[in-house]
Amino acid sequence: MIAGITIYELLTVTSILFFIGIYGFITRKNLISILISVELILNASVINFVVINKYMYPDVLQGVLFSIFIIAVAAAETALAVSIIFNLYRQISSVEVKDIETMKY
Amino acid sequence: MNYTLVLLIPLIPLAVFLLLGLFNQKIKPAISGLIGVFGLVLTTLFSIYTAFQYFFIIGKDSGAFPSLVEKFIWMNFTDTLRIDMGILIDPISVMMLIVVSTISLMVHIYSRGYMKGDEGYTKFFAFLSLFTFSMYGLVLATNLFQIYIFWELVGVSSYLLIGYYYTKESAVAAAKKAFIVTRFADLGFLIGILLIGFYTGTYDFETLNNPESSAILNWASTSFMGLSVLSWGLILVFIGGAGKSAMFPLHIWLPDAMEGPTPVSALIHAATMVVAGVFLVARLFPMFFFVEEGFVLQIVAFVGAFSSLFAAIIAITQTDIKRVLAYSTMSQLGFMMLALGVSGYDGQDGLGYMASMYHLFTHAMFKALLFLGAGSVIHAVHSNYLKDMGGLRKYMPITNITFLVAALAIAGIPPFAGFWSKDEILVAVYEHNSFLYAIGIIVAGLTAIYIFRIYFGIFWGPNRSYEHTPKESPVSMTFPLIVLAVLSATVGFIPFSDFISPDRMGFEGHINIPLALIAVLVGVIGIAIAWALYKKENALAGRTAQRFGVFYTWAYHKFYLDELYLFVTKNILFKGIAASAAWFDRNIVDGTMNAIGNSTVGISKKIRGIQSGRIQDYAMVFVSGIVLLAIVFIYIWTN
Repeated sequence: MIAGITIYELLTVTSILFFIGIYGFITRKNLISILISVELILNASVINFVVINKYMYPDVLQGVLFSIFIIAVAAAETALAVSIIFNLYRQISSVEVKDIETMKY
Repeated sequence: MNYTLVLLIPLIPLAVFLLLGLFNQKIKPAISGLIGVFGLVLTTLFSIYTAFQYFFIIGKDSGAFPSLVEKFIWMNFTDTLRIDMGILIDPISVMMLIVVSTISLMVHIYSRGYMKGDEGYTKFFAFLSLFTFSMYGLVLATNLFQIYIFWELVGVSSYLLIGYYYTKESAVAAAKKAFIVTRFADLGFLIGILLIGFYTGTYDFETLNNPESSAILNWASTSFMGLSVLSWGLILVFIGGAGKSAMFPLHIWLPDAMEGPTPVSALIHAATMVVAGVFLVARLFPMFFFVEEGFVLQIVAFVGAFSSLFAAIIAITQTDIKRVLAYSTMSQLGFMMLALGVSGYDGQDGLGYMASMYHLFTHAMFKALLFLGAGSVIHAVHSNYLKDMGGLRKYMPITNITFLVAALAIAGIPPFAGFWSKDEILVAVYEHNSFLYAIGIIVAGLTAIYIFRIYFGIFWGPNRSYEHTPKESPVSMTFPLIVLAVLSATVGFIPFSDFISPDRMGFEGHINIPLALIAVLVGVIGIAIAWALYKKENALAGRTAQRFGVFYTWAYHKFYLDELYLFVTKNILFKGIAASAAWFDRNIVDGTMNAIGNSTVGISKKIRGIQSGRIQDYAMVFVSGIVLLAIVFIYIWTN
């Protein structure tokens, strides 16, 4: 609970953060930038967990605990993604999305 | 009656066929020939034993020979309509057992000499055994469907054996022709079977042939185009029989079938398989007789008479001796059909039926002998044509004498077999219809002419320049000739009418002296004409041919029937119907299918860009979908 700030303002901030992440995920050409965008999405949801926990159910801690889980999973996931990107870079000397389209039809 | 023994009769050749067929390469030719002959010896002994048992031990039951049936249900449709497999023993099937086994045994023995050194020796014996098996199955069949199954098997083995020299183009063509023509006829047979099965509710010969059964009594209940449906069924069945028995106009395959090895011609295309059609009509004779007061029998008689005359005329002009014999076969088969066609049912009236079976029996003996004799000649001079033969009596005395016996038999000179049976036929026809009798007499005369034409052409006349001196065939070939000659000379004395008649009662046979005299006289005149024309090479034969002019040319070209068929099939069927059907198939049917396929491909090509492989595009679609859903839900909730 932060005095003077309502839940709506906080949720608005996280929504903006979330959509910035989506926007970045769709438009960025660089794999690292896309990864960062994904992190933004995750962070938006983590903040949502904490905010809703604090504002709506102040006497329980599940939301807070969950946010810690998500941070841990996000860290692991980032490590995995970065290692994939490194490997990719060794193969084709590029981390641009347009160079990895072999999944295409 | 020992049914196991009877069952062994068809099963032994089947076993031999499987043995020789499966171990084709492993069995030495000498042994395979012996296996084939040994199997046939066994079945012949069993057949004779069965015949003896049937006619003399079991004998007549309350005045008539019983028909013994042993069968099991194979396919069940309704209470009455079912297909059985089994054995039917009655006078004609027992008689056919004797015919098939005797001729087949002789041909097997003969083939050991004739086919010596041939590459497919074992295969040949395997096919012969297959044929023998099928033929036994055919004559023992208890119902229409069983007979049809073996009928087709017989057709297959005939096809295999005609095309035996499969590297020869003409043999392959002949095999195909035989197969297709008989198949065409068998289509009629099949439809006939289905019709009869549908309207009588049974396929069983016992029920169908019982004059008291409702199937026959109710023949008038359903009619189609002015004829009883059962009559149509019988006509269709007769078409099947006509195809197998080479009746006009379905005879065109028989002369070509002579491309097969000569023993095959003797066994299949003279003595046994081609009489299957006659046998079929005889098998269903009570039905033929009682349905529509024997209307279909009239057709049988006229087709038979016409075929016999037609074939006899052609036979006179042919130069290939096997073809002459083929047309002769057709002519004699016509005689048998004619006799069946004019026959009655009870007692003495059944003379035609008896005569037909009798002629079938004697004809098998002397026609097989003629073919085997011709084979012996061909073996010696390596040619089928009369122009390459002459004066052979000095080189081949046994063949000469046996051939002469057969020729006398077919010409109807007493006391040889053909005289007795042909006489009975002529008597039966005389009592029925004098026009048909006239045809019969003419054919009898023509028969004597053509058979003695080739006899004199082969064994008398001038010597030809042979590549190497012809010599008598080996014992394995002359032995069957001698046996068959003895049979041809003596089987006429069997009192056939005691054993075989439509009502199975048997009757007292007798000879009608004036008619017999006429027949013999005609035969002698025929021989005399042949003597005058062909004994020495002279210009008379050519001049006579010239006198007949166009008619001779027509007959020489078999009345252009092959050409007619060719025209019909090529120009009308292939070019007219088949070609347009093919066009329709290729353009309309295939076109529709191709259009469906092509448009699918086209559309997929257009839309495959959606799957770009870029994860961001998918994410874009995903997110927009969610946004859209969100808008929709919000809209719904807020209203």
